[in-house]
Amino acid sequence: MDTIQGILNGMMRETLSPQTAAVAIAVIGLNIHLGFTGLLNFGQAGFMLLGAYGMAISVWHGLPFAVGILFGLGAALIFALVLGVPTLKLRGDYLAIVTISAAEILRYVGRSSLLSDFTGAAQGIPGSQYRTPFTSLSLFGSGSFTLWPFNYLDVAGGAAWVRILGWIVLVALVVGLVYVLRGKAGLAGGAKVGAAVVLGVLAVLLVFFLFPVPNQSTGVNGWWVRFVAWTLVALCTFLVFLLVRSPWGRLLRGVREDEDAIRSLGKNVFSIKMQALIIGGLFGAIGGMIYVLPASTQPDSMGRSLTFFCYTALLIGGAATIFGPVLGSLIFFGCRIGIKYTASAYIPDSVMNAQQTEQFSYIVVGVALMLIVIFRPQGILGNKRELRFDV
Amino acid sequence: MSEHTITTNDMADPAARTALVATLDATPGASKPDPILVVDKIVRQFGGMTAVDVGHLEVQRGIITALIGPNGAGKTTFFNLITGFDKPTSAKQGAHWSFDGRKLDKTSASSVAQAGMVRTFQLTKALSRMTVIENMMLGAQNQAGENLFKSMFHGVWRAQEREIEAKADELLDRFKLLEKKHDYAGSLSGGQRKLLEMARALMSDPKMIMLDEPMAGVNPALTQSLLGHIQTLRDEGMTVLFVEHDMHVVRHISDWVAVMAEGRLVAEGAADTVMSNPAVIDAYLGAHHDTDLGDDALLSDDALEEIEAEVAAEEAERQAEEQAEGLR
Repeated sequence: MDTIQGILNGMMRETLSPQTAAVAIAVIGLNIHLGFTGLLNFGQAGFMLLGAYGMAISVWHGLPFAVGILFGLGAALIFALVLGVPTLKLRGDYLAIVTISAAEILRYVGRSSLLSDFTGAAQGIPGSQYRTPFTSLSLFGSGSFTLWPFNYLDVAGGAAWVRILGWIVLVALVVGLVYVLRGKAGLAGGAKVGAAVVLGVLAVLLVFFLFPVPNQSTGVNGWWVRFVAWTLVALCTFLVFLLVRSPWGRLLRGVREDEDAIRSLGKNVFSIKMQALIIGGLFGAIGGMIYVLPASTQPDSMGRSLTFFCYTALLIGGAATIFGPVLGSLIFFGCRIGIKYTASAYIPDSVMNAQQTEQFSYIVVGVALMLIVIFRPQGILGNKRELRFDV
Repeated sequence: MSEHTITTNDMADPAARTALVATLDATPGASKPDPILVVDKIVRQFGGMTAVDVGHLEVQRGIITALIGPNGAGKTTFFNLITGFDKPTSAKQGAHWSFDGRKLDKTSASSVAQAGMVRTFQLTKALSRMTVIENMMLGAQNQAGENLFKSMFHGVWRAQEREIEAKADELLDRFKLLEKKHDYAGSLSGGQRKLLEMARALMSDPKMIMLDEPMAGVNPALTQSLLGHIQTLRDEGMTVLFVEHDMHVVRHISDWVAVMAEGRLVAEGAADTVMSNPAVIDAYLGAHHDTDLGDDALLSDDALEEIEAEVAAEEAERQAEEQAEGLR
């Protein structure tokens, strides 16, 4: 019982972590590229690295924090222009080739010992060099607190039956939520939204009741950076919602479906694709800045594999959906840690040691991705109807 | 359609059209009294193959002009060239074309469309994973909401969006697609997609609409209504240029016909007379179409020599013609 509780607590910590939020923001950007505009950007990690470097190097060399953020965003903007100008007039494959190689070039340049004074070479820039201006902005003060102070330990001393009952209710709430959102509960309009919100809020509160997460208020990986990270995720999601419901968003989807048709209707396709590439890249840069705040700015942590984690999260959640990137990131990171902890808890060390469980978790995620692409190619939130006319 | 676009056209009157067409000179590249599109010296080569080599062509405003020719005559390539989807090989060697008095030599496909010349495609380009109404609304020009910065503020584009939707509804109603409004375009039949593409092109209020094989793959019942739509467009004052294989269709609705073969413009004329032009018959059926290939007499050496001599003469004639053109 305690082992299971431990695994679930670990998953909870991982899903709430600022790095999950950072990847979620990068995936939101990737969703604009791949999901809405159909641009194959295999260099999202490059955009993240540029955002991180822009912020970290500026602050390390004594520039104000706000200037650092602007440098990070500016670097991503220039990167998008440099990648886009030669490739966006060509077929989509060229953008894929150019982005993956450009992201790798950036990483190798960052690792170069010639640039030790700027990028810290392969060791990277320690977080302590640039984190202080951010933590000094904290509204939460010092000390530590648990997000939802009332938790299962307060009821009957945290007995097993309380937890099991709570888990069952939680599953029921989530099932009910899906039921309502799919419109099978016979509710419509305001009633449907209201029911969904009530169920959602109850589920979230119950999650915090069942899995208390104590943490520092401000420190390296404390509530402050989490709060900022998840607020940014919410803001980015809202921004994407505003953008894609507009005629501009319609134009993006039009470009995804058929560029020539959009061109024949008198729209400047190159400019639209460039705008999409820049916007998505800026989201990537913001994600990169969040990604390095609780850690160090190390080029190898933002390599190809991170780009592919972004793709996995996007495909799990569902491309061309509003909440897909966020849901996908939560599930990707939560489940990976869940698999890892389960493997290390139940598989004896003689069969699989601690290091191997880490690799095992990535293998399972890979298999899960394949299964999703085969059996639910539209992702969890995607629209099945759209797939019928895949071209 | 909104009020201002329904301009009664004097070309709506069949008698006026017949009178106009009777005054036109039926030679390839003849000048027209009121050309909307003027094309000069467009050449497109793919390697050593010359796909299009049109010296001069004018398209009269307000009538339906058909561009016909056998397979591989270069009709679609010609379409691509003048709509900016392809660049002529002769780009810097005297290729000029102008639409409605505006030079289009170097403009992109999107600015050609903005100038008022909108095209459709031979292989229909419906945006499958978007609904019919979304397809339609993409066609409208000058949308404030298509600007990245304005798009975030619903209030800025809401009113315009409503206007566009009303216009789209009207067009969909006219093309009998209104009940499909919220269906994905990918779920439409081939003919309905053709209709949708035409309606979408009309959303931009074009001055001239260019249809690339509008009838290909459309069932006969729908063909009738498509033809009706095309004629209505003409009667509302739009100029129509269309590529077509089907001679019945061409004869039925077009006022003027331009014939292409092997990349060249070989004939022009009124729809009912151009088909008897020997150049057109040659282009479609070959110069020896009345020779019986099963005739053993053809296998004699004399006959072969005769044919060879004929071919050589034709070749020499063409070369002389080209030289003369070069000297000019």
